[in-house]
Amino acid sequence: MYLLNLYNCLGTYLVLGAMLFAFGIYGLVSRRTIIGMLIASELILAGASMNFMAFNRFTAPDPTIGQMFTLFIMAIAAAEAAIAVSIVISVYRNYKSIDAEDIVDLHG
Amino acid sequence: MQATICQTAANPSLFSAESFVGLIFLVTIGLIFAGALIATTSKRLVRCIAGLALCFTGVAGVYYFLLSPFIAMMQMLIYVGAVSILIAFAIMMATPEEDDIPGNQITRFAGPLGFALASLIFAALSLLGLKTEWQVFPKTGAGDMQAMGTALLTTHSMVFELISFVLLMAIIGALVLARRGRN
Repeated sequence: MYLLNLYNCLGTYLVLGAMLFAFGIYGLVSRRTIIGMLIASELILAGASMNFMAFNRFTAPDPTIGQMFTLFIMAIAAAEAAIAVSIVISVYRNYKSIDAEDIVDLHG
Repeated sequence: MQATICQTAANPSLFSAESFVGLIFLVTIGLIFAGALIATTSKRLVRCIAGLALCFTGVAGVYYFLLSPFIAMMQMLIYVGAVSILIAFAIMMATPEEDDIPGNQITRFAGPLGFALASLIFAALSLLGLKTEWQVFPKTGAGDMQAMGTALLTTHSMVFELISFVLLMAIIGALVLARRGRN
């Protein structure tokens, strides 16, 4: 069964990472609320981490480097989520809406 | 031409431990797909965040398959435990009543346009990943938790300090932003 040996192949993980990235792009384009966009951007970051980890297992000489990258991506994602959530709360307090189309005060 | 790199070329028999592991991997992929689908297409934001948590659980399982249980643990702690809960709090505090206002001319085309863009990117990235002949280098380290701890405090110590500074700034910035406008 070739299907049951998929977890030993590099290509599987690359396709998985591309899938997560594509889902993130789709959510980022099609969502109207800021929180929906935030969720989609987390998916994009997960796709990037997946690629780092895949190359870390299969091709990299030192397997610490990819894990380190993923760890730092996680830290950045946590900081980004905290800032984005506080921005969302602050916007909601001022506009009573989280729709990205309502926040156009600089539009003139 | 060797299209993809496989570490073991032999096919396991159907009733062996290896094929059971392969079955678990397929379930993990299913978790990721279902979670990402719910997170990006569901109408209600609460379901989106549940799908995101499901998807991240699947990603943690895949990290286990990529031979790093430490990163899988961190994925569960940071993404499933912290980031998802944080976004859930944002949904609870800042979601207005459900209103299905039909979008204007631009937002109505956002869904199909996003789908076309995403499938194009997916096809391009998958083809790139599957067709390229990646060069494999011989392993020089173990890549376990001890090696990671040593690297974190020697090779990457500067980045480690910087990331703690970034997190401190994020905490202060989040407090300042969320407090403004409150009496």
